[in-house]
Amino acid sequence: MSVHLSDHTPSEQGRNLRWLAGVVAALALWVALYSQLVPFSEWAVSALSIDAHSRAGDAVGFFLYEAPKVLLLLTIIVFAMGVVRSFFSPERTRALLAGNREGVGNVAAAGLGIVTPFCSCSAVPLFIGFVSAGVPLGVTFSFLIAAPMVNEVALGLLFALLGWKIALTYLAFGLAVAIVAGWVIGRLHLEHWLEDWVRNVRAGDVVVPSAKLDMVDRIKAGLDAVRDIIGRVWPWMLVGIGAGAAIHGYVPADLLASIMGRDAWWSVPAAVVLGIPMYSNAAGVIPVVEALIGKGAALGTVLAFMMSVIALSLPEMIILRKVLKAKLIAVFIGVVGTGILAVGFLFNALFT
Amino acid sequence: MKDVKVLGPGCARCNTTVEMVKAEAEKAGVPVTIEKITDYAAIAGYGIASTPGIVIDGKVVHAGGLPKADDLAKWLKA
Repeated sequence: MSVHLSDHTPSEQGRNLRWLAGVVAALALWVALYSQLVPFSEWAVSALSIDAHSRAGDAVGFFLYEAPKVLLLLTIIVFAMGVVRSFFSPERTRALLAGNREGVGNVAAAGLGIVTPFCSCSAVPLFIGFVSAGVPLGVTFSFLIAAPMVNEVALGLLFALLGWKIALTYLAFGLAVAIVAGWVIGRLHLEHWLEDWVRNVRAGDVVVPSAKLDMVDRIKAGLDAVRDIIGRVWPWMLVGIGAGAAIHGYVPADLLASIMGRDAWWSVPAAVVLGIPMYSNAAGVIPVVEALIGKGAALGTVLAFMMSVIALSLPEMIILRKVLKAKLIAVFIGVVGTGILAVGFLFNALFT
Repeated sequence: MKDVKVLGPGCARCNTTVEMVKAEAEKAGVPVTIEKITDYAAIAGYGIASTPGIVIDGKVVHAGGLPKADDLAKWLKA
């Protein structure tokens, strides 16, 4: 497998160029659309003959501006991430992590959690696959916490709605929670709280042949990601933005500030507890978060709520119950929940 | 006769993969037996960490996400 003549044939080059041109044209169209967002929403509100300064006008204008904006930004971020992810696979990540000690391993696992393709439906095979191949339990947990929590949809939406500072902060603190929580679980040596059969599984030493991907394949991987992810999250997103618009237009600021404001210390734990049974994804939560912040809710409180909704979801616990004893799930919730609490309090203290 | 195993806990993609294998085998005229492996321990035993996975004649050829139809044809004819 050393010679790939096809890499250099003229027809292959023409194909690459055509795809590249397509991507550039799509980017130009994207920029053009993005620059028309404000005029579009103003035009749409006036075309609907709603008074732009009324509450309804406020809410409708918010929706008509945010929905296309979020959709556009999300599309480009998901595409970029799809291309990046084509360089990674869970099997490759596992091979990278299997040789690592705890500590360094936790950091690497959390980082790889962002770029490795992951779907919560395959959380169990992934968990077993990691543990049986010799990845330490705590390192596996760092991966399992970071992968769903710090994902491109969450980061993209935060960037789109709240700016890059908050997106970066979420990234840093999300990683910190995953690293520390995984490390703590590793230190507790809870291997005996895995379901018994899991400990007896030995992974086969199979090397999955990785398909050789060229540039066009990677562009296609990006497009597939857009189709798959945007196709899945857009209803959540519209509902979230709709709820955000309603909050934006109708909920009085004083009320929210008193419940979710910085002075109400108990609002952080309440937000975490409230977030566990709620199952939504970032697409549904973040537009609500933005509206809440606009109404005077404290950043740490809503961030804690968001992390809790995304990272501590009941359905995922039920899936993981197949491999973890209930005690270990309780520890998992406790450790991650504590981490999120800390993030919430820290934020409220720092950003005054 | 090719022995094809599709590894996956029974998610939608795993079922789609089974259908794809059937369709490609028919198109290529390769007789196959298809078996679904849903047991987690057995899946892990094949050394994959993402599903659906495909094993042909005991050899893992694919893991994670839907396979490409072209690749499937190639693996079946190999």
